[in-house]
Amino acid sequence: MSANNDEIHHLLNQDYKQGFVTDVQSETFPAGLNEDIIAKLSKVKNEPAFMLDYRLKAFRHWQTMPSPDWAQLNIEPIDYQAISYYSAPKSKDNAPKSLDEVDPEILEAYKKLGIPLAEQEQLAGVAVDAVFDSVSVATTFKHKLQEVGVIFCPISEAIREHPELIKHYLSSVVPVGDNFFAALNSAVFTDGSFVYIPKGVRCPMELSTYFRINASNTGQFERTLIIADEGSYVSYLEGCSAPQRDENQLHAAVVELVALNDAHIKYSTVQNWYPGDKEGKGGIYNFVTKRADCRGENSKVSWTQVETGSAITWKYPSCVLTGNNSVGEFYSVAVTNNLQQADTGTKMIHIGKNTKSTIIAKGISAGKAQNTYRGLVKVIKNAENARNYTQCDSLLVGDQCGAHTFPYVEVKEPTAQIEHEATTSKISEDQLFFCQQRGLSAEDAVSMIVNGFCKQVFKELPMEFAVEAQALLGLSLEGSVG
Amino acid sequence: MLEIKELTVNVGTKEILKGLNLHVNAGEIHAIMGPNGAGKSTLSHVLSGKAGYEVTSGSVTYNGKDLLEMSAEIRAREGVFLAFQYPVEIAGVTNVYLLKAALNAIRKHKGLSEVDAMDFLTLVKSKTRALEMDEKFLYRAVNEGFSGGEKKRNEILQMAMLEPQLCILDETDSGLDIDALRIVADGVNALRAENRAFIMVTHYQRLLDYIKPDFVHVLADGKIVKSGGAELALELEEKGYGWLEQA
Ligand SMILES: Nc1ncnc2c1ncn2[C@@H]1O[C@H](COP(=O)(O)OP(=O)(O)OP(=O)(O)O)[C@@H](O)[C@H]1O
Ligand SMILES: [Mg+2]
Repeated sequence: MSANNDEIHHLLNQDYKQGFVTDVQSETFPAGLNEDIIAKLSKVKNEPAFMLDYRLKAFRHWQTMPSPDWAQLNIEPIDYQAISYYSAPKSKDNAPKSLDEVDPEILEAYKKLGIPLAEQEQLAGVAVDAVFDSVSVATTFKHKLQEVGVIFCPISEAIREHPELIKHYLSSVVPVGDNFFAALNSAVFTDGSFVYIPKGVRCPMELSTYFRINASNTGQFERTLIIADEGSYVSYLEGCSAPQRDENQLHAAVVELVALNDAHIKYSTVQNWYPGDKEGKGGIYNFVTKRADCRGENSKVSWTQVETGSAITWKYPSCVLTGNNSVGEFYSVAVTNNLQQADTGTKMIHIGKNTKSTIIAKGISAGKAQNTYRGLVKVIKNAENARNYTQCDSLLVGDQCGAHTFPYVEVKEPTAQIEHEATTSKISEDQLFFCQQRGLSAEDAVSMIVNGFCKQVFKELPMEFAVEAQALLGLSLEGSVG
Repeated sequence: MLEIKELTVNVGTKEILKGLNLHVNAGEIHAIMGPNGAGKSTLSHVLSGKAGYEVTSGSVTYNGKDLLEMSAEIRAREGVFLAFQYPVEIAGVTNVYLLKAALNAIRKHKGLSEVDAMDFLTLVKSKTRALEMDEKFLYRAVNEGFSGGEKKRNEILQMAMLEPQLCILDETDSGLDIDALRIVADGVNALRAENRAFIMVTHYQRLLDYIKPDFVHVLADGKIVKSGGAELALELEEKGYGWLEQA
């Protein structure tokens, strides 16, 4: 391997900076999963009876389901009895009522991650819900949001305080038995965020949840439910990280979005779970079900994701385009290095008339990583004039990694128009040398090339996140004049 | 400015430069001619610090410093510029972004602050106009979909923006039409200065009609086999290289 290639590898192999462990007292359930554990969990969370029924039904269904097996992912069998399903930082009360009650160690942990929760330091214009292991520890700007009728709170609180919304919408997008991990999540989810935007309201700030796995041997099963009522708009950001540990940790989230008539939801993720070390030891297994239902006419959902972490990522944020004239968008950058495996993509299900979807997927692989795009565009009969545009681009760094693209198309409607484009390119030594000959360091050259490659996706991210995303890819942000 | 002494360079086990000597002073223009495969691009690459070449003996001194000790980007920041024989394409990175990043990297090295956005735009637009390039090229991805001649002109735009001290032009004239050749030559002539030197690799006399060299060297089989004034190029045009190898 040449000097330049070594440099690229060095750049991509920088240490995981979020790998610290926070020392807090926590209450953790013993490992294992059975109906008693679920009952205990529901009790600890003070849930109404309907939730326990819901969970037990999901659990019984899950037990009948075979563990999934995907061709492109190399997964060690997961022992579900070796995982603890609940871990919460111990505090005086079940959930902290104000920031003063939050363990200072936890506030410090979020501060280290660049997410200040303390009142005087809060990010302007961004309301944050911080989930630490199994529980939400702090939600900022709650009162300001209440003034316009926006509900933004931990889902455990919503279950207690807004049961009618929960009953109506929970699992209305991702049914309990949808897939193995969705069933497991429904049985054991501990916390997550709940958002309701009332009719005609444009949410006055970005809403953000930051997930942090701290305790060892725990799984994180969070549940997010976002409902945008008629004519409303919300932009929601999700960020994640975890300490560096030798054993694998499981993250199996479910995210459901519902957009009613003329509503627009923009959902952005910057995912930076611990990816494991160079030998593939440790790291987060990230199995996530994210789905949006564009239920209303003229509704729109945009997913934007930047995936840099995880040992294994299995994730397909999808849109069900139920309403006429509804629009689904998916913009994705997935970076894999060393022995990481990512199998991501999207599903766009066209049901209503004149529905439109756009898919822009950028995969970057380095080291021995495998990066797979798997997408489905489905147009059912009578979904007249459905349109889809898909573009999948892969960038390879070095010659031991792989990029795979599986675009599936199922069209039952003759008026549908489906377009697909795919490219694969490589950062060549000639490109690097050219940039260095113009005075750029190899690091800046790789950044510049990767940044250029991802531009179409980065421009969809809210400003604060675009900066973080570029930093994550080792990019120095220097706004182009163009 | 540049002193190359007995430079021997291998690629793999093959010896390509075999004891090459060249002395270039500030303000001078040196043309290097010679048959295909003689080692002209190899010399350009070794001077600019490309990986994959092994210097087995000899030395290169640039402004009193050991050039071979410097990394490629340090050489660039110290004023060594190579206009590539085959310019590369970079998808997604606009010309203007590259130019700004490169200019700032060089300025930083010199201890200067980053260029002001407005000053930069004014500068880059005037240089673009001088090379009779459409401004649209600035916002296109580096060399992507450019014609052969457009790529070469783009190299000269970068040179004009970065104002290097030692300009190495590897067959910049190849692939240019008559008008483009004149425009590029004007661009180079505009950069001629007391404190700047040029090494121009070319196969054709016609470039030297526009840019009059102080010296012409013939590089054959890894060595400079003959040096002379501008008139040597005319002689080569007439007689070819055969007579030199026999001599
Ligand atoms: N990476 C390489 N591996 C093997 N041989 C090489 C390599 N690079 C250059 N060479 C050889 O070195 C010799 C000199 O090549 P170079 O490109 O320097 O020639 P040149 O004088 O620029 O020729 P031209 O006029 O055709 O551009 C050639 O025989 C070439 O095949
Ligand atoms: Mg050559």
